[in-house]
Amino acid sequence: MAHYPAQLIACHDCDLLQREIPLKRGCAASCSRCGAVLYRNATDSIDRTLAYTLTAAVLFVIANMFPIFAIEVQESRSAITLAGAVRSLWDQQMQPISLLVFLTTILIPALELVTMTYLLLPLKFRRIPAGYTYILRMMQIVAPWGMIEVFMLGVLVSLVKLTSSFKVIPGVALWSFGGLTLLLAAAAASFSARDVWARLDRKPDAEVAA
Amino acid sequence: MTELTTSAAGQGLCSCHVCNLVSRRGPESSPAYCPRCGAFLHFRKPGSVARCWALLVAAYILYIPANLLTMMETGSLFSYRRDTIISGVIELWKTGSWVIAVIVFIASVTIPLLKLLSLTLLLISVQRRSRWHPRQRTRLYRLVEFVGRWSMLDIYVVTLLAALVQLGTIATVKAGPAALAFGAVVVLTMFASMQFDPRLIWDPLQKERTQ
Repeated sequence: MAHYPAQLIACHDCDLLQREIPLKRGCAASCSRCGAVLYRNATDSIDRTLAYTLTAAVLFVIANMFPIFAIEVQESRSAITLAGAVRSLWDQQMQPISLLVFLTTILIPALELVTMTYLLLPLKFRRIPAGYTYILRMMQIVAPWGMIEVFMLGVLVSLVKLTSSFKVIPGVALWSFGGLTLLLAAAAASFSARDVWARLDRKPDAEVAA
Repeated sequence: MTELTTSAAGQGLCSCHVCNLVSRRGPESSPAYCPRCGAFLHFRKPGSVARCWALLVAAYILYIPANLLTMMETGSLFSYRRDTIISGVIELWKTGSWVIAVIVFIASVTIPLLKLLSLTLLLISVQRRSRWHPRQRTRLYRLVEFVGRWSMLDIYVVTLLAALVQLGTIATVKAGPAALAFGAVVVLTMFASMQFDPRLIWDPLQKERTQ
């Protein structure tokens, strides 16, 4: 692309202007002034991220359908799903907290999985997804608000708190959330926005216009 | 090789916040869009310091009720207790769950405090155009951004317990008003750290001015 200054990169943390250098596989380039990671040479980033994302989507559905854990006291048993917890908090006049939990553990992770698939699946088959600029912008805005890994830690802490007074029975969703946490971390680590843009840039302008 | 002390803004170049493409841009007064992805371009995040201060002050104010009010009420036939964040941690420590007590203490006490104080330090140093340890301050900012989300831990714990332990007279757990305040502190400090522009830390070191 002629009108872009060739291979210049500005550090997102200190704005130092630098030239891109080719990297070996699995290596990362960091800013020579402030040490921020500028970009990395991720191996097959699109294929790998897509694989992790699709697997994560399956686990996400399971994690939301089944109970996380149940407690048993004197013949009575009480089990809970994530959506159930959100609804129960809503009914207890804690709507803002309920909404916050809903957004950070259900809606935004779901949105991230959908947008990632929508973006990467066509790219894998050398097609350009319509409206990709909006998708990439949205992904950047919502990314800090998906908090499955923090929720997973919250589940573990609750588990320990509960075992002191109740008999706790782990549910299917407990394991699914564990797996989901690992898969989302793997997807985030293998994803490279730079590779996505490189793939998008290679297309002639006429096709991108759609 | 470009000289290593040149900021992109000093050269009239601007890096897109969405796709990282570096492109030439006129003065900040006229709007400009990224030639590759169409995002709005600016040399520095607009109104960064003022917005960050506003969110931070709001977070400081809410930090008080978050720590003084009840986070969780636990009731049963034999006992009833109200726990603030701190007393909840102490209770965990007393019952022997040391590891969990430490995790909760870090997530709900240390991290929010670290965030509030660090952002205050960063904002004051940026406003005074300080040249003091820019690399360390940038690292501090990255740390704040990285650990911020983990203070949501207590919110999730309260949600799960309050939803699950609804056994009438045997045991009931309720979320207290501190949960609202604490949730707001977490969200506000996250927004504040997003508004802060770490490139401002480095601007006093440049000869060129870009306002």
